[in-house]
Amino acid sequence: MSVATHRELDDMLGTKWRKPAMVKRTWLRWALVIGFVAYLIAAVLSVEVNWLRVWEGLDRGAAFVAAFASPDFVSRGSDIWAGMLESIVMTVASSVVGILISIPIALGAARNIAPLPVYMVCRGIIAVSRALQEIIVAILLVAIFGFGPLAGFLTLSFATIGFLSKLLAEDIESMDRSQAEAVRATGSKWAQWIDYGVTPQVLPRLVGLSIYRVDINFRESAILGLVGAGGIGATLNTAFDRYEYDTAAAILLIIIAIVMALEYISGVVRARVQ
Amino acid sequence: MLRLDALTKTYKTGDQALKAVTLAVPSGQVLALIGPSGAGKSTLIRCINRLVEPSSGAVMLGDVDLTKLGAGALRRERRRMGMIFQEYALVERLTVMENVLSGRLGYVGFWRSLTRRFPQSDVDEAFRLLDRVGLLHMADKRADELSGGQRQRVGICRALIQNPALLLVDEPTASLDPKTSRQIMRLICELCAERGLAAIINIHDVALAQMFVARVIGLRLGEVVFDGPPDGLTPDRLTEIYGEEDWEATIDALDEEDEIEAAE
Amino acid sequence: MPVLESDAGPVWRKRTKGQALARWFGWLLGVAIFLWCWQRISDKTTWFFVWDAPDIAADVLSRATPPRWEYIDRLWWPIWDTINIATLGTIAALIMAVPVAFLAARNTTPSAIFIRPIALLIIVATRSINSLIWALLLIAIIGPGVFAGIVAIAIRSIGFCAKLLYEAIEEIDATQVEAITATGASRWQVMAYGIVPQIAPAFAGIAVFRWDINIRESTVLGLVGAGGIGLQLQGSLNTLAWPQVSLILLVILLAVVISEWVSAKVRGAII
Repeated sequence: MSVATHRELDDMLGTKWRKPAMVKRTWLRWALVIGFVAYLIAAVLSVEVNWLRVWEGLDRGAAFVAAFASPDFVSRGSDIWAGMLESIVMTVASSVVGILISIPIALGAARNIAPLPVYMVCRGIIAVSRALQEIIVAILLVAIFGFGPLAGFLTLSFATIGFLSKLLAEDIESMDRSQAEAVRATGSKWAQWIDYGVTPQVLPRLVGLSIYRVDINFRESAILGLVGAGGIGATLNTAFDRYEYDTAAAILLIIIAIVMALEYISGVVRARVQ
Repeated sequence: MLRLDALTKTYKTGDQALKAVTLAVPSGQVLALIGPSGAGKSTLIRCINRLVEPSSGAVMLGDVDLTKLGAGALRRERRRMGMIFQEYALVERLTVMENVLSGRLGYVGFWRSLTRRFPQSDVDEAFRLLDRVGLLHMADKRADELSGGQRQRVGICRALIQNPALLLVDEPTASLDPKTSRQIMRLICELCAERGLAAIINIHDVALAQMFVARVIGLRLGEVVFDGPPDGLTPDRLTEIYGEEDWEATIDALDEEDEIEAAE
Repeated sequence: MPVLESDAGPVWRKRTKGQALARWFGWLLGVAIFLWCWQRISDKTTWFFVWDAPDIAADVLSRATPPRWEYIDRLWWPIWDTINIATLGTIAALIMAVPVAFLAARNTTPSAIFIRPIALLIIVATRSINSLIWALLLIAIIGPGVFAGIVAIAIRSIGFCAKLLYEAIEEIDATQVEAITATGASRWQVMAYGIVPQIAPAFAGIAVFRWDINIRESTVLGLVGAGGIGLQLQGSLNTLAWPQVSLILLVILLAVVISEWVSAKVRGAII
């Protein structure tokens, strides 16, 4: 050990040790901390809470929690059944259409496959679809196509395209080049190349993502009814308006049960395709 | 100083990892524990500080039976046993200094450790130890920026800053290249000698064990089958520990290595 | 992969006849289900309106342009509220999600038989229900306003954050924890030195990711009365004030783009 390091040790002995800060510049660190705290205080102060109303609401909250113990599936049974069926129908139809459309768009949005103009167009479609939330799209589509499940179906299809194309395109972009090149080297046509070189690599992920999207579509279909785009949401909204907590609890329990079932199925399927 | 009495460990699966191991380690003795994979070396070490709960038997550290202790008393006794791990087991996202100081956790309160306000004496000791292993200039680097040998040195500092009476060392060289392995083994043995520490070193490299320690324990299927000086490890003995194989090469290699050592 | 014997020598097929038949039947069933679903949607649709849709869309578009720019002066406060709903909701959710995640992770739960299922139930229940529904429920209980929005966002985010976090906890390196335990550290010290540093990056990533999503969700919570810019949207829609609607949609789009950019930047800086 050299003398220099020992001198270094002598200098360091007795000095305080602090964990090095994440943000090196002191002023920036404090500016960030103070700025964040100031924002939090301003934000909390600007929230107007009517505590009296909240206090009164606790009874209703307790009533709602109690309703979960005794949900009422029966008295609005036919409404619940019709709404659930409509939600499921919308989920199935929009998932099928959305997945079918998103596959070509995903191919177009993968830089290693598509030429630049196609790439730009497809990425544009994805960006628009992802930036607009389902509920806003639903409002616009209801205004254009009228009330009913068609608007909901179109909304969910559109949202599926943005979600699935983006993730699938990323998967295609990160696939193994050499496998695809090997197929191209056999002198295959473009379509054959996609079929043999690309599809086998991304298919498992496509299946997994599709099932996940079915799950999301079902959850979203439960709220589209709030703006008149069909599904169980309308029934749920009515139940809340009438303070029929037991019916609302019944609907929520059904939603939770179906989502759990879908998650279970998707787990099983994903384990099998991989 | 450390005495194991009929220490037995049976896993839930029914595998008997240790079969009534009885062993005494006097203070200041460094011993190597050799044996094939699955012989129970790791289990034995972990049963001593009860990272693995022994099924029966006693572990006497001084006059205290570790197997009888409650959670709080066990923590206090663990401070007297430093442990060094195979894959270094440093907390990767903490700095070198934090990793070393984490050896003092048993001595400082929760809030002090959370705010990283360790007593100055601990900080100085950490500086001294890092200087001793030649890593003082790395003190504020994150652990995952270090090489394997450097990480193991930090691991050694973390064990030593506990001011232990005993080191439990689990395959310290298994993830290192041959040269670094020797450096690390030499460092551990030197430090034990400097501080009068006893140590149990789990090691699968027989040649390396023979080079550095005075006593070797051979473990096979959870039983002690050899206990003696490294010279006593004849091919017959090795066959008894590891099973049938040509051992002359290992022993020759050892002789060669001795020559290299001498040449250096 | 079967090889069939035929007169002209062996023929290679990807599937046997039975498999091929089962596959065809599966596809047929799938198509039939889809057609049935489509039939039901079609039955409930007034196709007269649909044929009219291009005209209506053009009409809406012409009314909505240009946006009423001066209306922005009345949007600053709702925008502030919207950001607050997302941020405070996310913070509240994280505070609640951390203990739930530790109770749900196999390697940290105090009891795998009793406590873990409860934690998992909390995660599934809060995750399955959209924040708009939580908002509806909370408005019925504690009345409309920003506070209901914050609570709705917080509840919806617990399950999301706790799920990702407990998966991160289950993936930590156990030997690092073991090493800290071996020094004689107490339970909480093991947590602070052995576990927290390992999950900190995941935690930060989850927080920013969820904040980004919550900005999106809080822009529409006002539709059901839970505060934020959605209230203005609802009001403008009800009065068919299309120039205001288009301005609000532009603002929402901008907010979404900015929050996505911020979250990507922050996540890039952490990892």
